[in-house]
Amino acid sequence: MALAAGFSHSAHAADLSFQPEPGAKLRLLRWKRFVEGDETAFARNIQKFSEKYGVEVKVDAESWEDVRPKAAVAANVGSGPDLIAGWFDDPHQYPDKLLDVTDLAEYLGKKYGGWYDVCQKYGRRAGTRQWLAIPWGIIGNAIVYRESHVKAAGFDGIPKDTAGFLKLCQALKAKGTPAGFALGKAVGDGNNWVHWLLWSHGGKLVDENAKVVINSPQTVAALEYAKALYPTLVTGTLGWLDPNNNKAFLDGQVSLTANGISIYYSAKNSPDPKLQELAKDIQHARFPIGPVGKPTELMQITQWMLFKHSKFPKACKELVRFLMEAEQYDPWMQAAIGYVSQPLRAYEKNPIWTADPKHTAYRDGGNFILDVGYSGPLGPASASALADYIVLDMVAEAASGSRPPKEAAQRAEARAKRYYKG
Amino acid sequence: MLLPSATLLLGLLAYPLGLGVWLGFTDAKIGRPGEWVGLENFEYLVTDSVVQLALFNTLFYTLVASTLKFGLGLWLALLLNRRLPFPGFFRAVVLLPWIVPTALSAIAFWWLYDAQFSVISWTLHKAGLIDQSIDFLGDPWNARYSTIAANVWRGVPFVAISLLAGLQTISPSLYEACAIDGATPWQRFRHVTLPLLSPIIAVVMTFSVLFTFSDFQLIYVLTRGGPLNATHLLATLAFQRGISGGALGEGAALATLMVPFLLAAVLFSYFGLQRRAWQRG
Repeated sequence: MALAAGFSHSAHAADLSFQPEPGAKLRLLRWKRFVEGDETAFARNIQKFSEKYGVEVKVDAESWEDVRPKAAVAANVGSGPDLIAGWFDDPHQYPDKLLDVTDLAEYLGKKYGGWYDVCQKYGRRAGTRQWLAIPWGIIGNAIVYRESHVKAAGFDGIPKDTAGFLKLCQALKAKGTPAGFALGKAVGDGNNWVHWLLWSHGGKLVDENAKVVINSPQTVAALEYAKALYPTLVTGTLGWLDPNNNKAFLDGQVSLTANGISIYYSAKNSPDPKLQELAKDIQHARFPIGPVGKPTELMQITQWMLFKHSKFPKACKELVRFLMEAEQYDPWMQAAIGYVSQPLRAYEKNPIWTADPKHTAYRDGGNFILDVGYSGPLGPASASALADYIVLDMVAEAASGSRPPKEAAQRAEARAKRYYKG
Repeated sequence: MLLPSATLLLGLLAYPLGLGVWLGFTDAKIGRPGEWVGLENFEYLVTDSVVQLALFNTLFYTLVASTLKFGLGLWLALLLNRRLPFPGFFRAVVLLPWIVPTALSAIAFWWLYDAQFSVISWTLHKAGLIDQSIDFLGDPWNARYSTIAANVWRGVPFVAISLLAGLQTISPSLYEACAIDGATPWQRFRHVTLPLLSPIIAVVMTFSVLFTFSDFQLIYVLTRGGPLNATHLLATLAFQRGISGGALGEGAALATLMVPFLLAAVLFSYFGLQRRAWQRG
């Protein structure tokens, strides 16, 4: 509870609570844990809630990619879990099926130092101040690299700009310790880094008015960069799925990749002394900044959606409030060992981010990531475009030389127009 | 007696199929009902370069894999039909790939084909035959052949065991007659075995083509349709767009696009091979 002192300003925020309906029972659906600590700490918080309020909560967990269709079906048929932890722009697919959580979001925002801007875009109904969902956490993503190999290649850390970064990758390749980024259908690892690449050069799928603008000189510049970067990568990245980079890095076959904190933790917690040595050599860094001059990263975000079909809306709200309060959120985030970062600024002070200096790179995602629909609205079109791998395919085509950059951009434009109509 | 089966057929087969086809004519998204858009989905899909590629992939995959499965399956069946010691043991071994759940065997192939950890690459490398890992799933054509090989491995037992059952129904007296007439092994195969096996071949290959054309699990585990969509089949693309992407109407339309090809495959292999059986009857 030493943490509570860090949030002394919170005393000024008016307290808010919702009295759960008598006899309330809740069904909750969330994604299956990535790290064990998350699951046990979460279960502990749920148990605390049940004991405090006498509300039984049944927790179901599904593989993270399966939550999205299930949530959509629950919204569509008007039954199923009372609340679901979904992904990205899920709340914007069926805003009318969700409880208005403006009071809760504003209360939490006030109490915990405010929501990051990107969380406000994800949580609020477009163009209004109404909150559709409560952002729960951001799955951190960063450059993971071998410090000794980067040094041996003549660099003191990861260059801050894209031009320097390319030189580093070329030098790593020359030393036989290449980088590797997923260019196959890797939902997380592939999408994250290709969006960074596109946005870092000023390219984007759509503008503020949802007009498709992907076929631009900026996109072509990004694709030219991808084309130059690709030969520096280890063999096989075109076929890489989400787990490949973890495996290759831990085996010492790549020395630089983009990933969550999981690679570091697998090495650090391994009984194998070789991997423990590797953990000491692992460092994390932010992605370099491209010609646009500002960070342009994409990370997954998960949000609590409370459904109107629930018979116990107050219990739902109280549960989410309870989970987001420091007494529960802090130990949970700590138990998730840096895999999940906070949507609310006050939680930047959580000791997990400084317990090991290698964690810190994963702390500030909320401060600088862009949203998945950037720079257009969130909704069915942004969801479909991402799931159809329009940007990932475009980068893979140009990088591998299977299409010239201009042609890859044209093809992406044609595909995007299908989802962003008129 | 008719009512339960009619209910089952209508409720569990006809209704979902009808609903799927109907959805293909709407712009339904997961989470919101769609409106009738007529042929709009289909008009778009036939011009979509990813769909065209997936259609090519599906036809190529089906044609090559089915041909190989037929050839290898028939060969294996003929071998097993000879007087082997421990026939039960050999037949059980042959069936193994078919029994293992596809999702599991696909994961085994995923390791075999791994760009960094492939045991195939490792062995060839140690033998001094190659100097860098084979990029099984990262090169479009390699990935196509690799997925076909995995599909063939899995599908051969079904063809082999079914054809073996067929072979065993052929009366030995016919072969004796051949022997008396001095027929060569090829003539025996060509004029006795093949014609009598035709009806079974027709049925087995119809099923085999159907399974292959609508394959999903193997691709989903190995490549999810990559690299560069080179292994996307219509079924995996329909899933990507309809379920992951939420464009239910378009996904349903893609799945509906498979129906004419499946029907054609069924008619071709069924009637084509059946007629030959009658003619020789």
